[in-house]
Amino acid sequence: MTLEQITFIILALIGLTSALMLIIQKNPVYSVLLLILHFFALAGFYLLLNAQFIAVLQILVYAGAIMVLFVFVIMLLNLSNEEALKDPFNLRKIIASIFGVVLILQFGVFFFIKAKDDLNVTISPNSIEAGSIKKISEVLFSTYLIPFEVTSFILLVGIIAAIVLAKRKFE
Amino acid sequence: MIPDYLAEFFGNKFIGYLIAAALPLFLWILPYALYAVYAERKVSAFMQDRIGPNRVGPKGLFQTIADILKLIQKEDIVPASADKPLFVMAPYVIFAGTFAAFAALPFSSIYIGSNINLGVFYIMAVSSFSVVGILMAGWAGNNKYSLYGAMRSVAQIVSYEVPALLAIVSAVMVIGSLNLNEISEMQTAYFWNWWIFGGPVVGIKKFLLIIPMTIAFIIFFIASLAEVNRTPFDIPEAESELVAGFHTEYTGMKFAMFFLAEYGNMFVVSAISVSIFFGGWQSPFGYLGNSLGISWLIPVEQVFWFLFKGSLLVLVQMWLRWTLPRLRVDQLMTVCWKYLTPYAFINLVLIGIITLF
Amino acid sequence: MLTEFGKVLIFIFLAIIFVALAFIVNRLIRPARPTREKVLTYECGENPIGSPWIKFNVRFYVVALIFLLFDVEITLLIPWALVYKEYGVYGFIVGFLFLFILMLGMLYEWRKGDLDWVKPEVKPKDLKTVMEEFEKEYGKI
Repeated sequence: MTLEQITFIILALIGLTSALMLIIQKNPVYSVLLLILHFFALAGFYLLLNAQFIAVLQILVYAGAIMVLFVFVIMLLNLSNEEALKDPFNLRKIIASIFGVVLILQFGVFFFIKAKDDLNVTISPNSIEAGSIKKISEVLFSTYLIPFEVTSFILLVGIIAAIVLAKRKFE
Repeated sequence: MIPDYLAEFFGNKFIGYLIAAALPLFLWILPYALYAVYAERKVSAFMQDRIGPNRVGPKGLFQTIADILKLIQKEDIVPASADKPLFVMAPYVIFAGTFAAFAALPFSSIYIGSNINLGVFYIMAVSSFSVVGILMAGWAGNNKYSLYGAMRSVAQIVSYEVPALLAIVSAVMVIGSLNLNEISEMQTAYFWNWWIFGGPVVGIKKFLLIIPMTIAFIIFFIASLAEVNRTPFDIPEAESELVAGFHTEYTGMKFAMFFLAEYGNMFVVSAISVSIFFGGWQSPFGYLGNSLGISWLIPVEQVFWFLFKGSLLVLVQMWLRWTLPRLRVDQLMTVCWKYLTPYAFINLVLIGIITLF
Repeated sequence: MLTEFGKVLIFIFLAIIFVALAFIVNRLIRPARPTREKVLTYECGENPIGSPWIKFNVRFYVVALIFLLFDVEITLLIPWALVYKEYGVYGFIVGFLFLFILMLGMLYEWRKGDLDWVKPEVKPKDLKTVMEEFEKEYGKI
């Protein structure tokens, strides 16, 4: 096995375990911390694919900002005891599990029937170039210029929506 | 580069790079932290017209060594109501975050832990490690003041990351690189080639750049003070209201780790300022090694200048700590969102226009 | 192959080893005699009362939200800052539009008062009102 494969397996184990523990965990603060561990594992995957910029962005935005947001929400809602989280309404669980099974089936079809032969992807040697920040900026200014500008509109909508919702919900 | 040389010398990359990584830890962070604590106490004593530590060794020079020897023998108390796994993990996370940032600092032209192209951006990202650590410590203590200190600390760090990043982006617009080693290399020769003085740009542009670059530095410096929770932004550990903030429950060696990480972070933010605005490891007046014709002296001088400039900025942080009173929470948010961020925005546009023409 | 990020991993690994070693040395030479008083939460020296779980101000949440959006924005600006010079005025205008739209968002927040933190509402009385109140209560001095 090469070093890359070993790293991949370790990262996959960390990622899967943390994701699983995150759902099973009853303590919301532990859940958030496991979520961050999961994000770090994802950042590791990006690094394996030579997408350095995306990996650092993943850590900065997800492990930094999103995590802080979640922690503040937990503190705000005061979810210290898991009793508050118990959902007496069982129909929701049933619907959720149906969707879950459908999703797993979909993945199964995708991985074992459709993309069976495409799984052995080798990283092309010029992918180090492609993942570098300079390359990303060049692509961002030529091919993806309009999505780039639209992003700012989406962020603007996000800012306004966040404020309006926060005001209505909590005040 | 020293890391590659060591990797070749030991014949094993892992061992070579591990030893290379140990260099800044044992040769710089530990002695620096010891004497930074001592300097902090002496500076505060000088400002308040006291003598400061003066018993252990000449002029109290061995005071912090005695302190660390004491801390290492102290009983390690974990409160019964604390969340034990998180309580133990928090110092690891905080110190790992601080030390990971050292990986991208160029100590000289022949030593940089990891020459990543994303440089500053990467350092800002790993600072989220410390945010996680602070939250873990504050929450695990199971104590009102720790939790409140941690929440305040996190709100403050994330708020001030916005102007800090904006100031860095505006500097990067002129520089055109994020790699701290490359940035340092550009500011070669004399001090008027530092980016704060317009960098190695020629013509009228250089003089036009001086003011916006100075503003960018000031914004970054103020924001970095808040990022490391130093006065005037120390409400997260305001002694008079929150006991000791997020590390109230910690004792002995664990407490020492928080201390080490705090002083390490002070140096990291200073080193970023030095690398971007003050020439990094470049000497301000040319190298003695060049004029004497001794080539091995140059890297030594570079290490000296980098550490000297960094320590000088750390000293400014201490000076400010003992000069300025603490800000209130609402003032803190006002400074960040109503002053620093808009100014940083305007500065960014200004720099953009200047570099364009 | 060891990439540059592999070296970062070595740095983190070394940090963990260092902290672990420090704790092990500490464990070997320190005393460990916990008593009931010692393992009580220290808090501020008094015996702790009640749970540390208090409801936090909604402002913390709003700050985190605003930060999240600005963070995403700045990370998108970094690629722009690196290469806009090569595109000249066109490149600058592209980034400026992006910035301008977000500045609108910030102005909106400013107008709506979401950038204000709660201020202490009790203002200390000035000397004159204090004197007047005193005189009303106890007669002229």
